[in-house]
Amino acid sequence: MSEYKTVFGGLNDFTPGGVDAIDDNPKNYVFSNVFDVASRSAPYERVAVGKNLEYVMEVLRAEGQSPWYACAHDEFALCMDGEVEIHLVKPEDADGLVDPDSEGAVVLDEAPDGRKMGRIVLRRGHQALLPGGAAYRFEAGAPSVILTQTIQGPATVERWAEICQSESRPAA
Amino acid sequence: MTEALQTHYKINPASNETGYKSYEAGSFKFTRDEYFVSIVWPKGAHTMAADGFMRAMMRTVAWGFFYGTLSYDPVFGTTNHYGIVDMFAGTYHPVFKENGRDHLEKFKAEDLLELFRDLVDDWTNEGYDPFAAPGEDDAGQPWGRKNGNNADAVTRIRVTANRMVGLPGDAEIRTDANGFPQNRMFADVSSDQPLVEAEPGFEDEVAAFNLYDYLSRSDVTWNPSVCSVVKESLFCPTSEEFILPVEHGNDRCEWFVQLSDEITWEVKDKDTGNPRCRIVMRAGDVACMPADIRHQGYSPKRSMLLVWENASPRIPDMIQSGEAPVIAVQF
Ligand SMILES: [Fe+2]
Repeated sequence: MSEYKTVFGGLNDFTPGGVDAIDDNPKNYVFSNVFDVASRSAPYERVAVGKNLEYVMEVLRAEGQSPWYACAHDEFALCMDGEVEIHLVKPEDADGLVDPDSEGAVVLDEAPDGRKMGRIVLRRGHQALLPGGAAYRFEAGAPSVILTQTIQGPATVERWAEICQSESRPAA
Repeated sequence: MTEALQTHYKINPASNETGYKSYEAGSFKFTRDEYFVSIVWPKGAHTMAADGFMRAMMRTVAWGFFYGTLSYDPVFGTTNHYGIVDMFAGTYHPVFKENGRDHLEKFKAEDLLELFRDLVDDWTNEGYDPFAAPGEDDAGQPWGRKNGNNADAVTRIRVTANRMVGLPGDAEIRTDANGFPQNRMFADVSSDQPLVEAEPGFEDEVAAFNLYDYLSRSDVTWNPSVCSVVKESLFCPTSEEFILPVEHGNDRCEWFVQLSDEITWEVKDKDTGNPRCRIVMRAGDVACMPADIRHQGYSPKRSMLLVWENASPRIPDMIQSGEAPVIAVQF
C-alpha cells in the first residue's frame, strides 16, 4: 500500500481553502468549490464556476437523467465525483437543431432523431469529449459531479455572488 | 516597437576552474560556479542559487517563455510578447527602479531560447533533473563542478494535445508500458479506464480517458500541458510538488481548479511585488488569478492542478485597452 493518500474530495467530502486578503479584495479571485456548488445545485443546472471572456467552466450536479443537449463546437466533461453515463447521437439535422456558428450548449426539447454514436461511462477523474455537432444526454444513478470545458451559452447559469467567497478567510 | 532588438549572443568556452560555459545575450552575462549563478548587466549584478535558477530556466525553455512574465525572484526575469521577449533586472522591483538600477533589453524570442537551451544543457549535470521536485529519488543534485549532462531530462517535449489526450493520432495516454509509471505520491490513484462503446464509424469521436491516472504518471512538476481544447480555451492540467520555480505574472486572467490535495499561493502585485493575498486551494476549489498580479504556488504533497488558459493572442492588447477585464468576473 502507498504511504501517501491522495485527496480528491467529493460531494459529501470537501473542505474548501480560501483567500486570505492582505491588501486586496477577496472577490477578485472568484473563489468557489466545485463540490460546494454541486451540493447546492438542482440536477443538471450548468453553473459557471470559471469564465474567461466567452469561455466557461460549468459545474453540473448529475442526478437522474439530464435533458438532451446539442452544441456546435467541441465540449469536454470531467467527472469529479460519482459515475456518469453519456449517450451520444449524431442528429439527422444537426444544423437545424443548433446554428453551426452558435456557442455553448443548447437544451433540446426532445430526443433528437439520428444515428446512435455510442455510450461512455465516466467515473472519478475520467474526461470525455462531447464532439461538436453531436447531441448528448447524461445519466447518473447517484448524485455525481461534472466539470465542463465549453463556451457560455443559453443553458449556462451565472450566480457568482451565491457561490463565491466575498470575505477574507484565513484557511486553518 | 521603439526599442531595438539585441543581436549579440555569445557562448564562451568552459571555465578551466568550474568546467561550465558562460553566456552573453545583449549586455546580460551569465556565469555559474559550484553553487551559484551570476547575472551581470551594465548597471548591476545579481546572484541566485543554482537550484532555483535551473528550475526556473528549465520552465522558461520548456514553455517558450509561457504567458506574460516569469520572475525568477524579485529581481530577474523575462516577459513574453510572443515573438519578442523582454529580459529584465530590477524592472519590477520598486527600489531598483527608484534608484535607476533597473535594466531591460528586448530579444527575438527564438534566438534567446536557443542560447538558453544551450545553457540548460551545459549547466545540468549528470543525474540532475530540473523538472523534478527535490524530494524525488531521481531528482539528483545541481551542485558542484561540471560533470556530464542529462539531455533526456532537459529536452522533454511539453505535451500539447490538438483536441484531447487519447484520441487517435493525438497526444498518447501514459502507461507503465510507454515509460510513465505512477509517481510515488500518486500510487493510490486508480488506473481504471472509462467505458467507451463507439458505434461503427464513430470510433474517432466517441472517446474518453482517465485524466487523474494520466496526471499521476507525469514525470515532471509545474509544467502545464494542453490536454483538451475548445477553440482558444485550453485545459492545461499539471502535477505539482514543492515550489513553482517562478513567480508567474500572467498578461491575462488565469484560472485554477485544484483537482487533488492542496496548494498555497502567494499572490503579489505584478509591478511592485508587494503582497496582496495568500490563497489556500484544496480539492475542488476554483480560483482566478487576476491579470495584474504575480503568483507562486507551494505544494507540500504532489498534487493535481488544472490550469485553465484562454490562449487568444488578442488578450494582452485587450487588457491594455480596457476591452478585457483585469478581474475575470465582477459580482
Ligand atoms: Fe500561472
